Amino acid sequence: MTRRTLFDKVWEGHLVRPETADTPAILYVDLHLVHEVTSPQAFSMLRERGLGVRRPGRTVATMDHSTPTTPRGADGRIPVVDPQAAAQIGALEKNCAEFGIRLFALGSDGQGIVHVIGPELGLTQPGMTIVCGDSHTSTHGAFGALAFGIGTTEVGHVLATQCLLQGRPKTLAITVEGRLPRGVTAKDLILAIIAKIGVGGGTGHVIEYRGPAVGALSMEERMTVCNMSIEAGARAGMMAPDEATFEYLAGRPHAPRGAAWDEALRAWRGLATDEGAAFDREVSLDASSLEPMITYGTNPGMAIPVRGSVPEGDPGATLGKALDYMGLRPGQRLLGHPIDVVFIGSCTNSRISDLRLAAGLLKGRKVAQGVRVLVVPGSQQVKRQAEGEGLDRVFRDAGAEWREAGCSMCIAMNGDQLQPGQYAVSTSNRNFEGRQGPGGRTFLASPLTAAATAVAGRIADVREMLR
Amino acid sequence: MKTIQSRTVVLDIDNIDTDVIIPARFLKVTDRSGLGRWLFANWRYDAGGAPRPGFALDLPEARGAQVLVAGDNFGCGSSREHAPWALLDFGFRAVVSTSIASIFQSNALKNGLLPVVVDRATHRRLLAQPGAPVTIDLEACTLTLADGTSARFPIDPFARYCLLEGVDELSFLIDQEEAIAAYEGRTAPEARAT
Repeated sequence: MTRRTLFDKVWEGHLVRPETADTPAILYVDLHLVHEVTSPQAFSMLRERGLGVRRPGRTVATMDHSTPTTPRGADGRIPVVDPQAAAQIGALEKNCAEFGIRLFALGSDGQGIVHVIGPELGLTQPGMTIVCGDSHTSTHGAFGALAFGIGTTEVGHVLATQCLLQGRPKTLAITVEGRLPRGVTAKDLILAIIAKIGVGGGTGHVIEYRGPAVGALSMEERMTVCNMSIEAGARAGMMAPDEATFEYLAGRPHAPRGAAWDEALRAWRGLATDEGAAFDREVSLDASSLEPMITYGTNPGMAIPVRGSVPEGDPGATLGKALDYMGLRPGQRLLGHPIDVVFIGSCTNSRISDLRLAAGLLKGRKVAQGVRVLVVPGSQQVKRQAEGEGLDRVFRDAGAEWREAGCSMCIAMNGDQLQPGQYAVSTSNRNFEGRQGPGGRTFLASPLTAAATAVAGRIADVREMLR
Repeated sequence: MKTIQSRTVVLDIDNIDTDVIIPARFLKVTDRSGLGRWLFANWRYDAGGAPRPGFALDLPEARGAQVLVAGDNFGCGSSREHAPWALLDFGFRAVVSTSIASIFQSNALKNGLLPVVVDRATHRRLLAQPGAPVTIDLEACTLTLADGTSARFPIDPFARYCLLEGVDELSFLIDQEEAIAAYEGRTAPEARAT
């Protein structure tokens, strides 16, 4: 029998029709996640063509990108002051009502960043195909799902047919040996991987992360790693489901129950890559040698250990432009660089374990004077859980802002943004020019590094505070 | 769409991401029209919204150009289809690079913006000659320079067929109803549905 990878098994299990010389494969989609920014034009297309949604039960919507994270009003509602955002939010409400799609609306109990709520509701399950009009859909690969971002035209295709036309991607195995040292997190691991293979290093491939260091990660850490697969250009990132996956899923609202759970477990246990199965490419690295990472440029591949220096020598056009934008010089060290803002949040690092890490460091400490710190939980559920554990008080006592759930300053569509020229350490996923606001300058790092930097007011090596 | 004949506009920067192509603050729309105004907004306009003099897209010789030549790994980052919408609305019909990010490439093809991936030598020549006239032939899958030298580019055969014949991919998918229903029956996905 052919030895197959995790990807091969999920791909082949969802072929409505295989690829031919003339036509791409037709791939069935198990779960379609929808949000307010990339869906309105797709619903308009359905209306123009008189089409319905084929499987509303396989479609789940929420609001996260353009939604405010400012505190609730006296009426308990989150005020939407931006008329454009209000129009998008209104359009999604109307579209979901008209087409019979379940919506976790702004401020409701299940609302949050689409890639945070899918897993926490148990909607995300091993072996599924999952798509969303958002590139960070790769997050769900942490469960052994094949999950990837699509454009708005494809959102329309999935709404109408539950299928996508897809060319078969190649496979890339990234094996991580060893174990992450103290103070070095899943975020540092994925930044190190992207720095190693480059922002285009995964193009055309689905990555499978494997090896002992990956198996030792918690589910939330696995999501952080898979989340940033797209930052290496990969179509998706996947990890074999294991006992940690099943333990995370058991009892979640949409996870199978009773006999269905036992049956699902049997299927899920067979998903891991067969011994000896071949990948198109393989890369390996040793987690034990990693350090906290930080970016210095304007893409996530421009990352170095926090005690390192910006590359020396003639930077060339691309890096030169990036360093000009960042106000940095070749050879410059980042440790001690002053910071204006710290952002803790985003689909990369806004889950309860991320907030616990940051709060653990901020407890009994104060945010440095002049530094603004925003802590934005990934979902209403994460927010409630954090408040139940008293983390909100830790953040507030330290001098940080505690906000409602959403994408917030990761994409800066909702009013949470940097001022031109400001420097931020962010736990988000993109340091692109203007990503956190026009002229804003972003250093990507882990929640630990972000918290340590908030206290120091300068880029800090968290390991010195953990001693 | 069969051929594009145009002068080029050159942006010799690698890894131009979709946030640069169209910043997120311009995505708060519910339609797709008029986005060309915000194409490369952070590079084209200063903080006050005034055009930055000398930006490649706004030079007089760039007027009417339909071919954008950019550095490696064009279109990386987010899945926003607003990026090809903005390029098309501005007037571009093809983007040329040594590599083009997957989601951008798929979005571009679905809107009739041609992603043209050429070899490094051809790319270097194009980068060195902003404004050079080129001919892109989708039928032959070639990009030809003024001196007659030409480079072949790869393209998904089905996407090429759809563009040449004006076939709509969604109509093709809808025509697969029988196969889709058979798949659903075979895997009983509704039994697994939550």
